[in-house]
Amino acid sequence: MASSRMSYLQVTPLVMVMLLFLVFPVLTIVVVSFWDFNAYSLIPDLIWDNYEFLLTSSVTLKAYLTTLFYALTTWLITFVLGFTVAYYLAFHIRSPVIQGLMFVLCTIPFLTSNIIRMISWIPLLGRNGLVNSGLQGMGLTSEPVEWLLYSDFSVILAFVHLYTLFMVIPVFNSMMRIDRNLVEAAIDAGASTWQTIVRIILPLCKSGIAIGSIFVVTLVMGDFITVRLMSGGLSASVGVLIHNEISLLQYPAAAAGAVVLLLTVLLLLTILFRFINIRQEL
Amino acid sequence: MPDDSHNNPIRRQTEVDDATGTGKKDAGLSRRSFLKAASALGGAAVGSGAITGFPMIWAQNIKNVTLRQFGTGVSNLNAIAEKARQDLGINLQLTALDSDAVTQRAITQPNSYDIADIEYWIAKKVFPAGVMQPMDTRRLSNFDKISKLFITGKLTEDSEIAQGTAPHTVGFVESQNSTTFASEPTRWMTLIPTIYNADTLGIRPDLVGRPITRWRDIMDPAFKGRTSILNIPSIGIMDAAMICESMGEIRYGNKGNMTRDEIDATIDILMKAKSDGQFRAFWKSFDESVNLMASGEVVIQSMWSPAVTAVRSRGIPCKYQPLEEGYRAWGGGIGLAKHLSGLELDAAYEYIDWYLSGWVGAYLTKQGYYSAAPKTSKAYLTENEWGYWIEGKEAKEDITNPEGKVMETAGSVRDGGSYTERMGNVACWNSVMDEDRYMVRKWNEFIAS
Repeated sequence: MASSRMSYLQVTPLVMVMLLFLVFPVLTIVVVSFWDFNAYSLIPDLIWDNYEFLLTSSVTLKAYLTTLFYALTTWLITFVLGFTVAYYLAFHIRSPVIQGLMFVLCTIPFLTSNIIRMISWIPLLGRNGLVNSGLQGMGLTSEPVEWLLYSDFSVILAFVHLYTLFMVIPVFNSMMRIDRNLVEAAIDAGASTWQTIVRIILPLCKSGIAIGSIFVVTLVMGDFITVRLMSGGLSASVGVLIHNEISLLQYPAAAAGAVVLLLTVLLLLTILFRFINIRQEL
Repeated sequence: MPDDSHNNPIRRQTEVDDATGTGKKDAGLSRRSFLKAASALGGAAVGSGAITGFPMIWAQNIKNVTLRQFGTGVSNLNAIAEKARQDLGINLQLTALDSDAVTQRAITQPNSYDIADIEYWIAKKVFPAGVMQPMDTRRLSNFDKISKLFITGKLTEDSEIAQGTAPHTVGFVESQNSTTFASEPTRWMTLIPTIYNADTLGIRPDLVGRPITRWRDIMDPAFKGRTSILNIPSIGIMDAAMICESMGEIRYGNKGNMTRDEIDATIDILMKAKSDGQFRAFWKSFDESVNLMASGEVVIQSMWSPAVTAVRSRGIPCKYQPLEEGYRAWGGGIGLAKHLSGLELDAAYEYIDWYLSGWVGAYLTKQGYYSAAPKTSKAYLTENEWGYWIEGKEAKEDITNPEGKVMETAGSVRDGGSYTERMGNVACWNSVMDEDRYMVRKWNEFIAS
């Protein structure tokens, strides 16, 4: 009895933090999403208008399709890149010193803010930018390539640039835990490199991949600044819509948008957890 | 966002106290008692009211009062704060935010500022929320120097009142405690105009390859993928309306207060243009518009006057093209927060009167804006500067900005001409519509399409 009281006591600080900084804000958002509003004030109320508009508007559907497209494409690219990089680091570099050194190299882009990293693409990809003048200089194209900037391409490029490391780290971490004897046994049993990767390494990295995926997908789903800057304001993700509403004082509408986005992301994560039990794999 | 208040422990203390609702008074009292002691010691403090005439001797008892002013970047200039400190002895703490953030903060944190520097269309949202107090025009000695544009809406006797939120329509309230805008000028003014201008399209004369004369030229298929409009709904919709009307597609009852049908029709035209690839990008901040133009990504776009100057200062040709249909105008002003009282209120009045007395007006004029009381600023400008900026005359010698950097060489003429030619040809003011909420939803649809 005493010990169970003790453990309740021990868990109290965490519970308080969670209540104060997670549960309370989320509840506030849920409550506000039912309020009414006009140009300059919020009116406490219980109306479904915000949700009704949100869920019946074609804009919402389009924004979700765009956002999911960004999330899925970014996830796919960061997964392939992240897995390859982690695999190389974990299995091809033998010396732990070089391994550590190369790992630090991977984090170098993170020494500047992500806005700077994003904006620096703009002069590179523009109509008169470095890439275009290079292509034209080499005679590969006669006209500037327009889709390099302010397009889905540039948005996804920036996402991949920003978030690949979030995939590399957890995957690398899982790979380092794999018992090397398993790989050796696979090779002894006649497995090709490809078979070893697909049958041995990939399943054993599942938890790392899941954690990386959570990072990448949630970051992309909630983003608004990358989409706005890199698409030149031409396309809108869910985050952009919410941000537009907030900046115009339409808090209840934004709150409704946030609640629906939260539910969507939770749904995605639930599906993910159906396939992978993170705790068990750790 | 830059906010000086966080760097100053004393300031921060006051803000913390504000939350409890008592600290403000204490801070004011201690300051006041200190001042009382100071003036008793000195015994030389010159009377409390401003003595009119020139040169002015400003009230002495407001020395060292701190006023927190926040607003959009255009007029929140450190040079003005420094000059105010020299002339009046008051400390101005400036915070610059973008217009949406200004609106938010003005309404949701009314105790976080003493003076709000906001645009008239923002005032239409903010004032009814009851967070500001009107100014008694009888306490302002320079009130009669303010341009008629802000009093009656007519620059000259025969000019027409433009559509949209024209400043005079939200410039006055019925009484001291009223939040309803008056239809006629009264004693109680909501904002003292500080800075305003007439906006039009910016072009790259070297790249457009033909004369640009109408708003509809931005929709010319020849410029496909090389145009931009701004993505601030309340302003963007105005530029869009100017374009649609110029195309002959829509006749608006009032561009500044559209009906749902008019909004639908406008957005439809924009969406079609977007899906045809007419726009290269949409910009939201000043620097984005400068970069789009300077890099040659776009050759014609909605633009603000200082952005044109910024492009030109990089040695890239850029013109603020006057158009047949007229300008879209905007204007800002400073107003008092509701909580101001006592010495701080006196200081604020003094500051506002000083603002209108000429130096600030001249400073702003030299940056390409207009002053609320143009006549007072004449004394602070050279004949050449007055001729170039206000009268639309050819510059006899180089025109420099307040920092002494050459902006225009001798022989050049201001785009659009004189003050009366530009401000007298306003088709529409920036505004907030009754169907604001609907408009924003439709605008979001356009951006997401």
